[in-house]
Amino acid sequence: MSTATDKRKAPAGERVADWADGRLGIYSLAKANMRKIFPDHWSFMLGEICLYSFIIIILTGVYLTLFFHPSMNEVEYHGSYVPMQGVMMSEAFASTLDISFDVRGGLLIRQIHHWAALIFVAAMIVHMMRVFFTGAFRKPREVNWVFGFLLLVLGMFTGFTGYSLPDDLLSGTGVRFMEGAILSVPVVGTYISFFLFGGEFPGSDFVARFYSIHILLLPGIMMGLLVAHLILVFYHKHTQFPGPGRTNNNVVGMPLLPVYMAKAGGFFFLVFGVIAAIAAIATINPIWNLGPYRPDHVSTGAQPDWYMGMPEGLIRAMPGWEINLWGHTLVLGVFIPLILFPLVLGAIAVWPFIESWVTGDKREHHLLDRPRNAPTRTAFGVAWIAEYIVLLIGGGNDMFAQYFHLSINAITWFVRIGFFAVPVLAFIITKRICLGLQRRDNDKVLHGRETGVIKRLPHGEFVEVHEPLSQDKLHTLTSHHQYTPAEIGPTVDENGVERKVGAMEKLRVKLSKGMYGEGNQIPKPTVEEYKEIQSGHGHH
Amino acid sequence: MSSQEIPEDKHLPSEQGDAHHGGVAVADDPFADPGLPVHKPRIQDIDDRAAKRSERTVAMLFTVSMLATIAFIAAYVIIPVDKIVYIFPLGKVSALNFALGMTLGTALFCIGAGAVHWARTLMSDVEVADDRHPIAAPADVKAKVMSDFAAGAEESAIGRRPLIRNTLLGALAMVPLSGLVLLRDLGPLPEEKLRKTVWAKGKLLINQNTGEPLRPEDVQVGSLTFVQPEGLEEGTHEFQTEIAKAAVMIVRIQPDDIKDKRELEWSHDGIVAYSKICTHVGCPISLYEQQTHHVLCPCHQSTFDLSDGARVIFGPAGHALPQLRIGVNGEGFLEALGDFEEPVGPAFWERG
Amino acid sequence: MKKLSARRRHPLAAVVVLLLALAATGGLYAAFAPAGKAQAEETAQSLAIEEGKKLYAVGCASCHGTGGEGTTDGPSLVGVGSAAVDFQVSTGRMPAQQPGAQVPKKPVVYSQAQIDQLAAYIASLGAGPITPTKKQYDPAGADIANGGELFRNNCAQCHNFTGEGGALTNGKYAPNLEDVTPKHIYEAMLTGPQNMPSFPDSVMPEKEKKDIIAYLQNVNGEKSVNPGGLKLGGLGPVSEGLFGWIFGLGALIAVAVWVAAHTAKAKKS
Repeated sequence: MSTATDKRKAPAGERVADWADGRLGIYSLAKANMRKIFPDHWSFMLGEICLYSFIIIILTGVYLTLFFHPSMNEVEYHGSYVPMQGVMMSEAFASTLDISFDVRGGLLIRQIHHWAALIFVAAMIVHMMRVFFTGAFRKPREVNWVFGFLLLVLGMFTGFTGYSLPDDLLSGTGVRFMEGAILSVPVVGTYISFFLFGGEFPGSDFVARFYSIHILLLPGIMMGLLVAHLILVFYHKHTQFPGPGRTNNNVVGMPLLPVYMAKAGGFFFLVFGVIAAIAAIATINPIWNLGPYRPDHVSTGAQPDWYMGMPEGLIRAMPGWEINLWGHTLVLGVFIPLILFPLVLGAIAVWPFIESWVTGDKREHHLLDRPRNAPTRTAFGVAWIAEYIVLLIGGGNDMFAQYFHLSINAITWFVRIGFFAVPVLAFIITKRICLGLQRRDNDKVLHGRETGVIKRLPHGEFVEVHEPLSQDKLHTLTSHHQYTPAEIGPTVDENGVERKVGAMEKLRVKLSKGMYGEGNQIPKPTVEEYKEIQSGHGHH
Repeated sequence: MSSQEIPEDKHLPSEQGDAHHGGVAVADDPFADPGLPVHKPRIQDIDDRAAKRSERTVAMLFTVSMLATIAFIAAYVIIPVDKIVYIFPLGKVSALNFALGMTLGTALFCIGAGAVHWARTLMSDVEVADDRHPIAAPADVKAKVMSDFAAGAEESAIGRRPLIRNTLLGALAMVPLSGLVLLRDLGPLPEEKLRKTVWAKGKLLINQNTGEPLRPEDVQVGSLTFVQPEGLEEGTHEFQTEIAKAAVMIVRIQPDDIKDKRELEWSHDGIVAYSKICTHVGCPISLYEQQTHHVLCPCHQSTFDLSDGARVIFGPAGHALPQLRIGVNGEGFLEALGDFEEPVGPAFWERG
Repeated sequence: MKKLSARRRHPLAAVVVLLLALAATGGLYAAFAPAGKAQAEETAQSLAIEEGKKLYAVGCASCHGTGGEGTTDGPSLVGVGSAAVDFQVSTGRMPAQQPGAQVPKKPVVYSQAQIDQLAAYIASLGAGPITPTKKQYDPAGADIANGGELFRNNCAQCHNFTGEGGALTNGKYAPNLEDVTPKHIYEAMLTGPQNMPSFPDSVMPEKEKKDIIAYLQNVNGEKSVNPGGLKLGGLGPVSEGLFGWIFGLGALIAVAVWVAAHTAKAKKS
């Protein structure tokens, strides 16, 4: 598109950009995005931790594939690790020993890969919690919420297939567990198991099959979801916390170029640096201590990586129910946890849809909620976390028994009862706390901030001096929207025709009352209240 | 019907005039948005010396990164891969792993720290507001799309020619079946494979520690021994797959202490042989407590009572451990009197 | 290493090792044996039993019965052998302090001489495993790799991959094996203290016990190395997960707070 009138020779960079623009249209893209605004808040960087640890995992993972042999051929080990000399093991295990002891830097890359994986899933959970508790999942971001949740689930399974690859005694025990879980599926369980393992467990195929799932199938899907997730973040523009000048139809922050680019780009190196340092100082998955997998060997403390601790807790706490009927076995003791796993995990994922159904709110939301201002949502989220933690404790019951000198049986019973009781308690307590905090906010708005200065009035009464809040604060504390609970409405319309109220509608109204009715949120102060009290103060 | 009124963005200051630099009278609405606070300069914005200091800090961080990379390469070349050093408080660790990790970490971290410090202290920190636009398309755009779509659908005639539509849907629905069929050879069918192990009548019980057959007098009360069927060769795939079903533990219980009649019958003089594979999900279960005769599974804590037919007394397992019937052959060695009478390991649909 | 393992399989290797071991024990014996022991042995033995009986009456009889026949509070000691006594008393487990799921390791109450006397007395009640000699449990020259395989088959299910210990039912536990002396490990395998099953020589010969001890010393002793860095208790994924959350994600969030924080100004937040 260069014009003939422009005789000046453009600098090299510009010419390259021109070339690219003529083919890719980068200038239009850059016009929209180069100075795109991103709000600054530490919690907005949790997603970046996920993104960067994912990139780190891919970089280090590619390196590991150069040395790893995904084969279950039995070999006798003769590498440099003495306590394994002459031990029979699969090639997968032997090559992992080689990566750890004979490839220079191989151990470091293995440890970076594994630490980054643990941090990746942890960061996804924390990122998801940030989005949940601030209500950032509301319209128009519900789809992105689902993408994020799918990334979490896929991340868990990519992790599982990954740590199973070395074919060590610990992960092999985990794979055995998986086989047992698959066998419990009614009707088709044995077939799925035989197809997955190429016959009976362990067979000689699963490492190679898990390998292609771990390095190609799942990360490929994740990559696609990740790109979609990021495109949507760009497209929707980031949410922001309420504050002076921050409204639902603007976004306040720093431009992508240069500030955000430097910060976000720099943060990648910071994340990588921290994980590399962790890999330098702390061992992870020392497979040389675990030994090669043999289906008749096992160690106590057989645990999955932490993100599989939740299903592990379910399976450990479940009573051993088994029903034999008409020559068939229904293995409820394993199958129920297998079903509960996605249900418990998915409970948090469906909340946004329940909430938007209950509120009937069709508006876009770009301003974040303070968690206290959505007490029911916050209470639900905390209940979910509490449930998750109860199950993690269940998954590590032997470790907790060992290190706190408790009985495994007692912990298991705690988990069995806690599975039902703890989320309920957490819900009630959290909701109370949220309402209390709302009341405190109201007090602050109406009566000002407690200064800690005690004044004695002429008639002898002691009062604490309250300092009125600035308009910035007043606005921040009162700008949230409070829903009014839904009503069934008249059951007879204006023409006297009876209107049917469906069961779903009744349920919706009930839920709405539970979320926004009296006692479930504290009405925020009105301008009139404020003025009345402020003028009242003048009388003192 | 939506029975509640959602205010249409009434609280948005943008509808109350220019929001960027507040001009709403406080007297009217003390809660109104005062607009973006005025930008306050940083030290670096007003003090050139501070800015220079920041510049030097950033440059120093980048330099440290370069030095760390050189140190990384040096460590890679110099330090032998098997060198172990003592580093407090880590203990005896691989010198190479520690050196590579710390230098790489430093090199990366310093790039990041430099970039962020640069952004925080030297780049503009004026907060800018950018307008948002509704995600949903305006009505006219929607109308255009709908009419385009209607035109396209009309031109394709898919509505008027249901035969084409139906056969196309049929074809698309069927074609994935090929892919599904191709998965058939992933593995053989289960058939009776999960029901059988290599144990058979006359197979000797081979002590896994020594590779020798066991005599009854070798097995003491309170001891625990793991055995495998004679003829199973370590180091092959068959071994892994067979031992996954055939692993057996041997304990000896005073015959008077055995509560289960069948267990006593199937034992030899108090020596009982049970499958080592947990009936829950198949972990090798062998945490034997010799005083209580309980075995605990290290994976999910199923507990079985070996003195009472190995019934489940705690945990998620659904049925007792299968017992192997044993006896003594003519040469005085322990032998199996047949295969397990029920499938070992985790339960499955066809188990019955 | 390859050469060494090849030579280890030489037909004469066992003979050489045996000769070396004999020479070593002989030398040690010569150096440490008290003079004139041979003729005094028998008298010393009966004297020890006498002394042990007195000690037993004071410290043990209340639970194990006056003649070691056992009571409701303690099992019979007839036939447990001197190895069991040596293990229980010289690890401080006996005398037990209080009833509980399991008797824990404690500071030792008796001197080694007194323990030997007690052991002699109990051994006189009925034949049982004898306190092992150094020749039996000294792991020098044992096959570490074989020990590892044996450990994973026989021991790891309760004591963990590298002997860090683990939980058993109802508050019982398999203790951590770090710093447990070779002699005590040997005795434990031989006698099966408390709820631990025994691994008598008839099913696990002396050589294999040595291999196991050598393996343990290699992976969970003073000599053991952790190439990757902090071993985090050697417990596997639970402690790794905690570390990843607290120090991994914790550090990254701390960094994120710094990245996102406003730079200092002459203004409060």
